Amino acid sequence: MIAYQLSIFAENKPGRLAKVTGILRKGKINIRAITIATSDVFGVINALVDDPKRARSILESEGLTVSMKEVIAVVLEDKPGGLDRLVQLLFDNGINVENAYGFVLESHKKAIFVIDVDQLEKTQEVLKEAGLETLDATALSAIEPFHYMNY
Amino acid sequence: MYWEEDIETMPREKLEALQFERLKKSVAKASASVFYGDRFKEIGLNADEIRSLEDIRKIPFTTKDDLRDHWPYGFLAVPKDDLVRMHSSSGTTGRATVIFHTLDDINEWTNIVARSMYMTGMRRSDVFQNMMTYALFTGGLGFHYGAEKLGALVIPIGAGNSKRQIQLMQDFQTTVMHVIPSYALHLSAVFEEVGVDPRRDTQLAIAFLGAEPHSEKTREKIEEFYGLKAYNSYGLSEMDGPGVAFECPYQNGMHVWEDNFILEVIDPDTLEPVADGEEGELVMTTLLREGMPILRYRTKDLTRIIPGPCECGRVHRRIERIKGRTDDMLILKGVNIFPIQIEKRLMDIPGVGTNFLIILERQGFNDLMIVKVEVGKEFFSGDLQQLEGLRRRIVEDLKSDILITPKVELVEPGTLPKSEGKAVRVIDNREE
Repeated sequence: MIAYQLSIFAENKPGRLAKVTGILRKGKINIRAITIATSDVFGVINALVDDPKRARSILESEGLTVSMKEVIAVVLEDKPGGLDRLVQLLFDNGINVENAYGFVLESHKKAIFVIDVDQLEKTQEVLKEAGLETLDATALSAIEPFHYMNY
Repeated sequence: MYWEEDIETMPREKLEALQFERLKKSVAKASASVFYGDRFKEIGLNADEIRSLEDIRKIPFTTKDDLRDHWPYGFLAVPKDDLVRMHSSSGTTGRATVIFHTLDDINEWTNIVARSMYMTGMRRSDVFQNMMTYALFTGGLGFHYGAEKLGALVIPIGAGNSKRQIQLMQDFQTTVMHVIPSYALHLSAVFEEVGVDPRRDTQLAIAFLGAEPHSEKTREKIEEFYGLKAYNSYGLSEMDGPGVAFECPYQNGMHVWEDNFILEVIDPDTLEPVADGEEGELVMTTLLREGMPILRYRTKDLTRIIPGPCECGRVHRRIERIKGRTDDMLILKGVNIFPIQIEKRLMDIPGVGTNFLIILERQGFNDLMIVKVEVGKEFFSGDLQQLEGLRRRIVEDLKSDILITPKVELVEPGTLPKSEGKAVRVIDNREE
């Protein structure tokens, strides 16, 4: 399943991140995960949110430059070796990871690892065969610890 | 296809004979002014010593400083009562200068503007939206009068107010617009914002670009976005204003109306004429101006005469797109750089947006050039490496042209100062 990550172009200076989070707060958009990559004077803010399409449109209406990217949100066991299992699998299949980040869903139980890979379809197949669960945008927006247990 | 076929296509010898006759009259008229009267006396020049067109070189150059030093009436060649209008330069590079016109001056000027517009295919059935500042600046009123004389319907909106511009274009089926190139690019973003597609939702067919040097690529961008033909034009208030030179449908250089002006191209250092086709500073002489004749005016604009005849059949010679002005040349680490060079390079790079800004700083004894470049909205894919690649490419491309390694900063689209008038491209923070 495919999830969507927002990437926002931002100059590397005070106030840029605050502008983004401020717009999302006003739009009542929930942020699941956020990472920042910076070069010398500019950078990219990557965010996983509960309603990516709406978030994109409100950010753009405020004049920000946004792109939406397909990523895979993999459900992992939150225990030693949980991430290694996924990464070894990708390595065995010759899949390159361009960008990645993770967050814990339920301590010691479940974690989500978001990967941006070079071969999207192949990765999905590999994960399916290995029995690893992935979440799409709807599932990501629905997750809360309790709901997720029932999911 | 010609506004005045006899004048536009007359044989070269006849045109030059006409210029010579008019030059003699112009020199005689000019000597009635305090400035030229004194100057001619000083160097012992009589109007009857002008015996050929080449004798124009006996006349000393006139500079912007001369105009300033004899402000406001030193160049007047007629009684003040004969004047009907004044225009004034923006004064961005020093004290303002002022130019006066009699009614005949306005009529002659209006005629060459109408001739220019007609040349591009504009007709009385057209609707002309004049998006240029009116007031003291010549661009607004000059085109306004020309379009009325041609018989088109004029929408005199003036500059700025982007959303209203777009609304008027739709409401009154504007077919021709007159716009500053940097504003045309800025307006394209507003079109996208309000969801109007100029190709689909407007009748625009012709744009007149003026008041700012711009690159061929900028013209292409404008033609592509709006779905029209964009014509470059040249003018300066000292020589009336717009309509001095204009592109014909072949879009290969601007025809200077030589029945109204004498053009020369000189080496700005030696002040000697350059060979035909070589680059230098444009020098202009008014031939019909009564109120305030100006002889051999150093425009500070750099260009060259395009040798050979034009396919359109007009004998009036063409000048190339203005390369820059001798006074907006930047000197950095001993290298001469024109902002237009930077623009030309940038607009050739995919991923570059519509606006840029050059900042010059001094660090210790070193000069540093920072170029801020807006990234194109469509270019951004969320990938930092791609941005870094674009930044490196800009550095390399600029370096190969200007021989200096600039510091390039990519900025978000629409964040650099917007230009509703002339774009500010250079900020020089170096202390004198």
